[in-house]
Amino acid sequence: MSHADFTALLPQLIIAGTAITVLVVLTVRRHHGAVAVTTVAGLLLALATSPRAAAAAPRSVTTLIVVDSYSIFFTGLACAASAAIALVAYDLWRERAGDAEEFYVLLLCATLGACVLASTTHFMAIFLGLETLSVSLYAMIAYCRDDPLGLEGGIKYLILAAVASAFLLFGMALVYAQSGVISLSLLSVAEPREGSTITAAFGVGLAMILVGFGFKLAVVPFHMWTPDIYQGAPPPTAAFVATISKGAVLILLLRMTNVVPQSLWPHLTVILAGVAVLSMFTGNLLALRQPDPRRILAYSSIAHMGYLLVAVIAGGKIGLAAVAFYLIAYFAAMIGAFAVLAVLAPEPTASGLQELLRGLAWRRPLLAGTLVTAFLSLAGIPLTAGFLGKLYVLSAGVDASNWLLVISFVLNSALGLYYYLRVVVSLFRSDHTLSVPDQQSHHSPTPSHRLSAHFATGVVLLVLCGSLIWLGIYPGPLIAFLQSMVSGWPS
Amino acid sequence: MILSWLILSLLLCGSLAWLTGRWHSDLPRWVSLITVCIHLACIVAIWTGSVQLPGAGEGTRWYAVYERPWIPEFGASIHLGLDGLGLLLIVLTDLLGIMAILASWEEITLRSGFFHFNVLAILAALTGVFLALDLLLFYVCWEVMLVPLYLLIAIWGHERRLYAAMKFFIFTQASGLLMLLAIVGLYFLRGQASGTYSFDYLEQLELATTDPGWTRFTFCLMLGFCAAFAVKLPTVPWHTWLPDAHTEAPTAGSVILAGLVLKAGAFGFFRFMLPLFPAESQLLTPYALTLALVGILYGGLVAFGQTDLKRLVAYTSVSHMGFVLLGIFAWNQLAWQGAVLVMISHGISTGALFVLVGGLQHRLGSRELSRMGGLWSIMPRMGGWSMVFAMASLGLPAVGNFVGEFLVLLGTYQTRPAFAAVATLGFVVATAYSLAMMQGVFFGPCRQAEHVADSTRRENLIMVTMTVTILTLGLFPQAVLDTSEPTMTEVRQRVDQMAPDRHSAFNGSTRTGHADSISAMAPHNDGRRIVSDGNENGEEIDVDSQGGIP
Repeated sequence: MSHADFTALLPQLIIAGTAITVLVVLTVRRHHGAVAVTTVAGLLLALATSPRAAAAAPRSVTTLIVVDSYSIFFTGLACAASAAIALVAYDLWRERAGDAEEFYVLLLCATLGACVLASTTHFMAIFLGLETLSVSLYAMIAYCRDDPLGLEGGIKYLILAAVASAFLLFGMALVYAQSGVISLSLLSVAEPREGSTITAAFGVGLAMILVGFGFKLAVVPFHMWTPDIYQGAPPPTAAFVATISKGAVLILLLRMTNVVPQSLWPHLTVILAGVAVLSMFTGNLLALRQPDPRRILAYSSIAHMGYLLVAVIAGGKIGLAAVAFYLIAYFAAMIGAFAVLAVLAPEPTASGLQELLRGLAWRRPLLAGTLVTAFLSLAGIPLTAGFLGKLYVLSAGVDASNWLLVISFVLNSALGLYYYLRVVVSLFRSDHTLSVPDQQSHHSPTPSHRLSAHFATGVVLLVLCGSLIWLGIYPGPLIAFLQSMVSGWPS
Repeated sequence: MILSWLILSLLLCGSLAWLTGRWHSDLPRWVSLITVCIHLACIVAIWTGSVQLPGAGEGTRWYAVYERPWIPEFGASIHLGLDGLGLLLIVLTDLLGIMAILASWEEITLRSGFFHFNVLAILAALTGVFLALDLLLFYVCWEVMLVPLYLLIAIWGHERRLYAAMKFFIFTQASGLLMLLAIVGLYFLRGQASGTYSFDYLEQLELATTDPGWTRFTFCLMLGFCAAFAVKLPTVPWHTWLPDAHTEAPTAGSVILAGLVLKAGAFGFFRFMLPLFPAESQLLTPYALTLALVGILYGGLVAFGQTDLKRLVAYTSVSHMGFVLLGIFAWNQLAWQGAVLVMISHGISTGALFVLVGGLQHRLGSRELSRMGGLWSIMPRMGGWSMVFAMASLGLPAVGNFVGEFLVLLGTYQTRPAFAAVATLGFVVATAYSLAMMQGVFFGPCRQAEHVADSTRRENLIMVTMTVTILTLGLFPQAVLDTSEPTMTEVRQRVDQMAPDRHSAFNGSTRTGHADSISAMAPHNDGRRIVSDGNENGEEIDVDSQGGIP
């Protein structure tokens, strides 16, 4: 490996180094604040070195890792998101009893796994990245060992993710056996040998790989685990599962669609389109009647993966840029929403979270403001980043003339409004305060104390809320950046 | 620059009103009232020409144009333009905004800061809708308007407010999304054909002239625009959100919904649908006219059958907006001008009726007609004002509604006499429900035992303003017609140029150089030029010289 190779890998190396540093520090002395600061600092440092890595890209580091503009984009995004999640977790663990420090190690490892996943096409590296991500997530989901819902979620995720990994591994084995190819990037030149059985096995292998991806993306029909995990896991973990974990696999899928053999492309689009349409409708329809905001977010994230698939299928430069923009908007909104929920419900609650949301706007304006912005962004209302993401995806779909997908996208956007608005309006409800207007102060005991207790989260909320609105009003520079980013990609 | 400040000032002062609400609940009222009054003064100054704005080229319909880049990567810009039609509607926006703020002076006691922020945000978004010359910017304003309106209904509304607010939002947003799809479709269609990817309205108009024919694809795009405007207008059978939303909204919300939001739909037809898709829209004519008739008659009949006073007034909007739709699809400048007058006078008269109904509800605690009756003896002033606007609603001559609806009928008669004849029945229905309303509320035996106060000075002020406005519209409509005429002429020329085949389809109703003028319309306007229609040389023809209806 040359100097340039190391430069290109700098962000990933820093994340890995931070994880090891934190582990070593933990053996000497447990200090929550120091660990959290080290984690955030490491992640931000990794983010800061992305431009240097970008200068060295595009580059293939060994045969396992590909560093190109898209992988660096995702690494940066994942680092920023992970730092935000770490800050939210810091406030959360301070309120909860128990050891919190290992959570940051797991968070760093999971982030590293996601970054590897987003910057490879090699089967070995895919599997390594996926397992690093998954194994860290098992522990992160069940991190509160005394919370039955969290444990249930952890077990559920463990079993289903193991099955999905098995599918993925078997699929890779089949593809390798049939074509001798061990990297997705070589698929296009490795058309399977003639003969129907061999082609069928090759196709089955690819389909099994898709199943593995589909599980991670939580698209229909592999979505069953999502609501329970989102509800049971600690909010920072849920935010991670919803954003970084899915984003990494989505980028892998994007790479795969780029290199799939021409003969298989029509089949792949049909499968992906079906999955996209099913995910949109299932996610939105199931979300309609959910009372718990975490379950609403779970089902809405299923639908959002469907929307993203519209851009993935459309492909081309506009599709690539659309995916990137949509991911940013989606990440910010999801992390913002879960951060608010983390502040509201520091202790595990089986239900009643929706009760906490009632009239929140009059009690905690910053929390409610962020939640409103996040939900409106997810709903795609103008002046939020979500709207431009939606517009971008819609443009990609229209440009590729995928009318079926575009129309179900539009229908589902209208459908989704119902549950987003239901949460938004509950924030403004004040039925009990209507009768007794002076009751407001009873709801938040010692607000000044609570405010200082959530300083880190407050900063995160302000940044996320601000960026959602800023990107909604003035997205020009980001779009220009994304367009220059994808211009180097083959498509 | 001034144009963007027309939008921004409302937003900024709305935020200021929100802030001041922390100190005293009356401060937001004063801040918003003064803001909208100044806004109105500015726009009137532009109208009268005492303020000259940059961008107003000679011989164009624009009073002012403002452009700066917004998202150059997409070809979207902040392109604003003020023409006669937009100006009239912004004046209406400010006027009704003031009325809405005054009407909620005593009604809204809870969180008045946030309430007034929402009101001003709606007004800002509406101003944006009337100014936007960029399709994306237009869509943004169009949709952003929904959020504060939704909150207005959902927080300060009546019993079934959540249901009504949700229904309103989903109806309008779903149709709006179809428009967004159509906008994106148009963007790529023209972009792929010409290489210029732009959301700019004027550029899209230019590009559209390169392929005058229509295809199934452009027809679908037109339907996307049509969906958004038809739901907002509203057109039967997509009107079901309207009675709920109008009934459950607070008075200010009802005034804004009926007076302004519906007008945004009609405005959309004139600004976007007809010029961008002249040929495609004409294919819709028979269906749209039929729906307009159904709306006029059905809306009126359902209004007649209501027992809820506010719902009754809400349904009259369906009926009146039917006239607007009829006028739009009459493809005749006379009818278009009439539609503009209907839009404005309906905004005033229905707004006033909602203020009165809100006042009654505030006093009686109910909107049920069965609990009213004989109120004239208790509150003669409220009764008198109601009578004025009930008469306006039924189309009594000398008020704006009459002139507008009459012009619509006159214009429609020239292209589709049968439709005009049936639509005339709308006047009968309107008379029935207006008189039934007056009878049910103010006459008959008095069922109200307790003493209730008559209209306050504040309400009298509102009513005097509205009455003067509606009478001015009825007696001197020429100022309004003159203001909107350049816009209509341009739309008309565009339709003639892009879709010339309608001459055969519409009985040669648009003979050029010919004036559809009227003398019987308004005797007090004796000898004045009323409307000059379709003379491409721009010459104006006196009513007298033409001698009546051709």
